[in-house]
Amino acid sequence: MGLKRKDLLSLAPLSVDEIALILDTADSFKEVTGREIKKVPALRGKTVVNLFFEPSTRTRTSFELAAKRLSADVINFAQSSSSVVKGETLLDTARNIEAMQADIIVLRHSSAGAAETLARGVRSAVINAGDGWHEHPTQALLDLYTIRERGLRFEGLRVAIVGDVSHSRVARSNIYALTKLGAEVRLIGPATMMPLDIRQLGVQVYYNMDEGLRGVNVIMMLRLQLERQGRALFPTIREYARLYGLTAERVKLADAGAIVMHPGPINRGVEIAPDVADSLSSVILDQVANGVAVRMGILYLMSGAG
Amino acid sequence: MPILIKGGHVVDPGRFSGRGDVLIDDKGTIAAVGSGFQVPAGCTTIDAQGLLVLPGLVDLHVHFREPGFEYKETIHSGSAAAVAGGFTTVCCMPNTNPVNDNQAVTEFMVERGRLAGLANVLPIGAITKGSEGKELAEIGDLRRSGCVAISDDGRPVMNSLVMRRAMEYALAFDLTVVDHCEDLHLAEGGCMNEGLVSTELGLPGIPSAAEDVMVARNLSLSELTGARLHLAHISTAGSVRMVREAKARGIRVTAEACPHHFTLTESLVRGYNTHAKMNPPLRTGEDVRAIKEGLRDGTIEVIATDHAPHATQEKQQDFTEAPFGIVGLETALSLTLGLVEEGVLTLEQAVAKLTSAPAAAFGLKKGTLAVGADADLTIVDQHAQWEVDPGKFRSKSRNTPFVGWKVKGSVKTTIVGGRVVYEAGSAGG
Repeated sequence: MGLKRKDLLSLAPLSVDEIALILDTADSFKEVTGREIKKVPALRGKTVVNLFFEPSTRTRTSFELAAKRLSADVINFAQSSSSVVKGETLLDTARNIEAMQADIIVLRHSSAGAAETLARGVRSAVINAGDGWHEHPTQALLDLYTIRERGLRFEGLRVAIVGDVSHSRVARSNIYALTKLGAEVRLIGPATMMPLDIRQLGVQVYYNMDEGLRGVNVIMMLRLQLERQGRALFPTIREYARLYGLTAERVKLADAGAIVMHPGPINRGVEIAPDVADSLSSVILDQVANGVAVRMGILYLMSGAG
Repeated sequence: MPILIKGGHVVDPGRFSGRGDVLIDDKGTIAAVGSGFQVPAGCTTIDAQGLLVLPGLVDLHVHFREPGFEYKETIHSGSAAAVAGGFTTVCCMPNTNPVNDNQAVTEFMVERGRLAGLANVLPIGAITKGSEGKELAEIGDLRRSGCVAISDDGRPVMNSLVMRRAMEYALAFDLTVVDHCEDLHLAEGGCMNEGLVSTELGLPGIPSAAEDVMVARNLSLSELTGARLHLAHISTAGSVRMVREAKARGIRVTAEACPHHFTLTESLVRGYNTHAKMNPPLRTGEDVRAIKEGLRDGTIEVIATDHAPHATQEKQQDFTEAPFGIVGLETALSLTLGLVEEGVLTLEQAVAKLTSAPAAAFGLKKGTLAVGADADLTIVDQHAQWEVDPGKFRSKSRNTPFVGWKVKGSVKTTIVGGRVVYEAGSAGG
């Protein structure tokens, strides 16, 4: 059984079965990443292009590693949006790449909707590796994989997502997926960081972190974009850390077996205390490791090989 | 040569509505309306049986992009689009390059309009030099050289003191002050209405409050100064409410709505459709209902297009990068007649919002079939259905969200100053 989609742009339209298929496929590749020779020939002869218009080290590296472990040819095409030749639209760039017979284009872009616009214009499969504040589906899928790997069930799971939800594509993808899977999603942060009408997506909003954390099974911290301080979203990093930073004390408010997640890179001492990041409840490095397996699964399914 | 328009359904808002003939004399003015008048010999006759005969439509809000952005539109191509859409008078916003903040640009635009020889092209002057919102433009000069109103459209005057002074200064010239109401701080970076849809799509939003707070400010300043205020393209339920209340208190305000704001909602943005990107943005269903109610009860007396041409490649950029705006001249009449079909407006109300009311808002001697008035007329087949095909537009640009829409009401003949400038089916324009 394959994924009956040309592209993976967003988790919003995915069914529970499709999500399960991706996670199950990732499972079989997780085993590969543990072997001494971490390579399978599944995508031999296929070309994957990483088209990154925004700086990213971990996501791009993760996709590159995933593609290489599947024996695909990988091209990295990184460029800041501003350096795109004037007059050349995203679509022009992509059509040029497609003309070189790319099977899969992995796109990271600072504008919401860029992946969808691209997917409409090219025949290659498009995987959204983050578009503006919209979605980061592969990150959310690796988060789901990590939660499942820890033996937690999604139905009835209490998940707190803490931080700047407004500007977070990771948050949106997780909200779509987790609510679909039957989890209870709590968003924690000041109202300046909560997008308008967000409750209509079936989540609860807490301005008080201690209240929001009570009894949760998963604490998902978002990275604070420090440069947003000047944008009247929060007064100082100091006050933000005091109100919404995850400390060992606060972890105790959650369920005894709660796990702590973060999409990285972390601001130690801001949204997360160093001892929490390094504690036993932290699965931050598992997320990174699982990212490769999950992306192998996605590339495999999107290549048509599935 | 005199022209007799025979047997049509004449709608001259507030003056005459019914079956009748219209006689245009050889000076290009209206000589008679009704029946039983003497028809001079050698008259050209246009058979208008079964058709509407209207005063030429007046659009208070177009962007003809010349000078500066001729690849999007020129005064010639824009005028051709206007007359094809039934508009005989268009008021051009000053956000050209250079900005129309001085006599030279105004005279250039007037001259280009005259050379095109299609519609009456009336410039709107800038409120401030360079539309920078700091120092007043030479408003007296602008008026003298042909500007019919002042506005910093697209770059609203944020400094309330400057706006107050502009309103006061404009009183000396009896000029209407037009504002695009948008608090640029609240709207910063936004590219669609802020709400559930922007939240889902992860797009930066423009809250309706960005419009509402500026409408409130402008109404206050109009009350303070006594200036004649015209609110461009209002789009929110809040604006409608405030304008209604202000009118009840006697404030000199008129308001316009655009066809897209009474036809479409923000949900059209889904799929990151750049033809659904305009400013003010498409709002919610509730706002659309309020705009329609405002049109129905007279709170909004003017329908204007905000005709905003952009090149195809500009609209093909990703959503946040693509420019705001859509073309409107060639679809506005049909979309407005849609409100008649829907029962929101009577035919006479709809015609008034496209003719006499906009003319009154700027004090133009247009939009009427009174004897002696310029013979600007539009003859329309109210029930003819057609499909919107941007490939057939006279405008240089194709950016419309109405592609493929089946609409009713097609322009048969457009007459400006007693001269036929557009005939359906001919290659004109």
